[in-house]
Amino acid sequence: MNQEIKNKLRVATVWLGGCSGCHMSFLDLDERLIELADKIQIVYSPIADVKEFPADVDVTLVEGAVTNVENEEMAHIVRTHSKYVVSFGDCATTGNVTAMRNRFPNEELLDRAYKELADICYSIPNDNTLIAQLCQQAIPLHHLIRVDAFLHGCPPTPDEIWFAINELLEGRIPIFKTQFLRYG
Amino acid sequence: MAIKTLTIDGDQYSAQEGETILTVMRQHNIPIPTLCHLEGLSTVGACRLCVVQVEGIPKLLPACTTRVEEGMVIHTATDKLKKYRRMIIALLASEGNHVCAVCVANNHCELQELAYQVGLVRVRYPYLFPKKSLDATHKEYVMDRNRCVLCTRCVRVCDEVEGAHVWDVAGRGINCEIVTGLDDAWGKTETCTSCGKCVMVCPTGALFEKGVTVAEMEKQKGFLKYIITARQKKEWVSFTDGQ
Ligand code: SF4
Ligand code: SF4
Ligand code: SF4
Ligand code: FES
Repeated sequence: MNQEIKNKLRVATVWLGGCSGCHMSFLDLDERLIELADKIQIVYSPIADVKEFPADVDVTLVEGAVTNVENEEMAHIVRTHSKYVVSFGDCATTGNVTAMRNRFPNEELLDRAYKELADICYSIPNDNTLIAQLCQQAIPLHHLIRVDAFLHGCPPTPDEIWFAINELLEGRIPIFKTQFLRYG
Repeated sequence: MAIKTLTIDGDQYSAQEGETILTVMRQHNIPIPTLCHLEGLSTVGACRLCVVQVEGIPKLLPACTTRVEEGMVIHTATDKLKKYRRMIIALLASEGNHVCAVCVANNHCELQELAYQVGLVRVRYPYLFPKKSLDATHKEYVMDRNRCVLCTRCVRVCDEVEGAHVWDVAGRGINCEIVTGLDDAWGKTETCTSCGKCVMVCPTGALFEKGVTVAEMEKQKGFLKYIITARQKKEWVSFTDGQ
């Protein structure tokens, strides 16, 4: 590995119970992505073909609430292997839209999704290796693991993401209190 | 009327006897967050956001209900107070169902604005995700209890300004709710004049007009100052003057 890659910030992005909107907003950095490519190395992400979460990640951006057992496992892996964990968007920070299911029992939800609204195959998948089992409730990431910074918004704007990444590149924990603290 | 002198955050002020600490602070543009208080309505001191510390008094006092006294030494923005205010907003956020991204009041909401003011970066308390009802039986307005923060502004404006007294507070503790009539459907109550005052004073997306969608419900609170000054002083101020 050459020196140049070694000096780059190792960044991962993870997609838990969210709509992928936060990742779309990340891609909306557009031409700034090229600039970013010189400074960071994406070591794991739903938009990169990497199978396993690597060790020694500097920063992980986590989109989405923790809503199923797979999310729970992933969250623990992320925490173990990342120096900084950032809640990326409102679903990770508050539960947001993902947590709107919490007022309904899981059986009712599954019935609704897989039976009432189905056009074909009116049955609930019972193979947990295919579909991860739902947790009792969808919860914000920091209610399960320690989180170092919070990037708000549904989704965070490219400018907010840009600010956060640059702060992290400077070795600072981004503080959104004044500038970018917002919900929705 | 006697004049009282007092100290607020190290500076000296004078106030009329009978004025509240909040009135003096507002007169001198000293910032303090408030939620249940609304100029023109009676004061209930329910939300506790405006609590201040008065030297010599062990408990915290709400600025909106506490009257000035000679020689009071008041602190309004200590770390402890800021922490308590953040806790109050966090508790309000966790005991309702607030999903700003899909709320009619998004970007026009006093609760959101307060969350930013107090620096609520995240909520540490478990969210309760309560089962709350939504009443869409009124022909023009909707009450969504998922977003209600129990400030009782709607109760007071309907009773004190409109004179209809459609709203009331029912239940206790965590089961406390704002209801219409004797917990009837809003559309069934015979007392509602459909004036819309409750909708306009509601700080959140709990009360809104039918037909609005995400982020479209802007509240015009200016009407209250207009009505009150017209009634009390027989003066007709501009509608946009209030707030
Ligand atoms: S009422 Fe305010 S805080 Fe609650 S969801 Fe709506 S915009 Fe957000
Ligand atoms: S619309 Fe007017 S009369 Fe009806 S409940 Fe609201 S404030 Fe009261
Ligand atoms: S409906 Fe609105 S005005 Fe009435 S108590 Fe709830 S938040 Fe306050
Ligand atoms: S504004 Fe003073 S207690 Fe609510």
